[in-house]
Amino acid sequence: MKVLVVDDERDVQVLFEQRFRKEIRNGDIQFVFAFSGEEALGYLKDHGQEAVLILSDINMPGISGLELLRQIKQKFSAPPPVVMMITAYGDEDNYRTAMNLGADDFLTKPLDFAILKDKLKQI
Amino acid sequence: MNANLTSLLNKFQQLNELAPAHQEEILLLLKKLQKDIEILEFKLDRTEKVKQTTAVLLEETIEELQQKSKAVEEVNQALRNSLNDLKNTQNQLIQSEKMAALGELTAGIAHEIQNPLNFVNNFSEINQELVTELIEEVDRQNWEEVRLLVKDLFENEEKIMHHGKRAENIVKSMLQHSRKSNGVAEIFDLNQLVDEYFRLAYHGMRAKDKSFQVKMTTKLDDGLTTVIAVRQDIGRVVLNLITNAFHAIAERIRLNEEGYDPHVLVTTKDQGDQVMVEVTDNGSGMSEQTKDKIFQPFYTTKPAGQGTGLGLSISHDIIKAHGGKFEVQSAVGQGTTFSFIIPKNQNKS
Repeated sequence: MKVLVVDDERDVQVLFEQRFRKEIRNGDIQFVFAFSGEEALGYLKDHGQEAVLILSDINMPGISGLELLRQIKQKFSAPPPVVMMITAYGDEDNYRTAMNLGADDFLTKPLDFAILKDKLKQI
Repeated sequence: MNANLTSLLNKFQQLNELAPAHQEEILLLLKKLQKDIEILEFKLDRTEKVKQTTAVLLEETIEELQQKSKAVEEVNQALRNSLNDLKNTQNQLIQSEKMAALGELTAGIAHEIQNPLNFVNNFSEINQELVTELIEEVDRQNWEEVRLLVKDLFENEEKIMHHGKRAENIVKSMLQHSRKSNGVAEIFDLNQLVDEYFRLAYHGMRAKDKSFQVKMTTKLDDGLTTVIAVRQDIGRVVLNLITNAFHAIAERIRLNEEGYDPHVLVTTKDQGDQVMVEVTDNGSGMSEQTKDKIFQPFYTTKPAGQGTGLGLSISHDIIKAHGGKFEVQSAVGQGTTFSFIIPKNQNKS
């Protein structure tokens, strides 16, 4: 399973690679990283729907996570990837906007990796 | 007749040898003398009177002058009091402007501290797991695996330190920002400061307005290592310029122009003995009239109650105190560029 992680914090890559080191080693999950909404869209354009799950931060400079979500749901529909949104604020506004835009799930920072692992197993 | 003259006349009259003609002549002379003396006495008397009048006048003038000088002294004291009041008010205003800027940032600061803390917590947890694994692998004498685990442990430890420092710097900046400037120049990394405040300002803005989107670019001169200046003050100027740029962008976003792509660029440049910091936005821009007034205290383009009108005025004073200067370029509907130049080392003059 390929997962695209979108976050403007670069160390998120090391963090995911360490948190999921067993899953990565066993070849259960493969991670790709994009450090902005623009990069994520570029990846999706080049690689189509390789990534079955997109995990995106909301608060990013440039294209925000919500705008990225809107574009993904518009442009990449067959088959639609699962999009989970992550935000530090976890407020109602962002939650509702994300849900209205078609987010499949909603996670709040700090990420609980045990919960995330459970959710990934169900996909 | 004067007593001395009378006795002199008597003496002459008793001298029988004098011819009557001489006596007549002496009498005449004495009478003339008498007249002269009377005139002199009169003149003396008049002079005396003038002198007395003058003395009285002089006394009155001195009194008047004393009263006037007392009045002037009172006015001076009143002016000094007003000046003190004004200075106090000015300090209070500067403090409230600082607090307003800080308040705007609070949410952003919380977010900016949460991120590094998440990393610290996460990497610490991972290291705990790694240590458990490490013990297992040591027991198995699986040295290859041990080496890999130690390498990971070490790298994670570096991440923990890095993000701990990052959180610390943010708290430090925040405290520094609210504290009174001590005005002491210190050595610091200007690029790091610019980067830090760029993020803070962005998150502050996003916390207030979630629809706010902007492309943020930095062109930080790698050759620029450190500067010696009042860090807190320069931080305030940088923060002020970036916040202004975001506000100008937000204003243009409200116009709903087709194809508008908001963008803020922050540049630093090493210019030998000087450094330059430039903030460019493609926001609403300013008219010439506005541009002429922006450094005036209390001038604001924001609705009442939303801006103190002191941001740029204080920034201007800070740059001037550093022996530097400001430059502004702006065009309505196209954007604005603010830049300032300061000497690289404040301790070298």
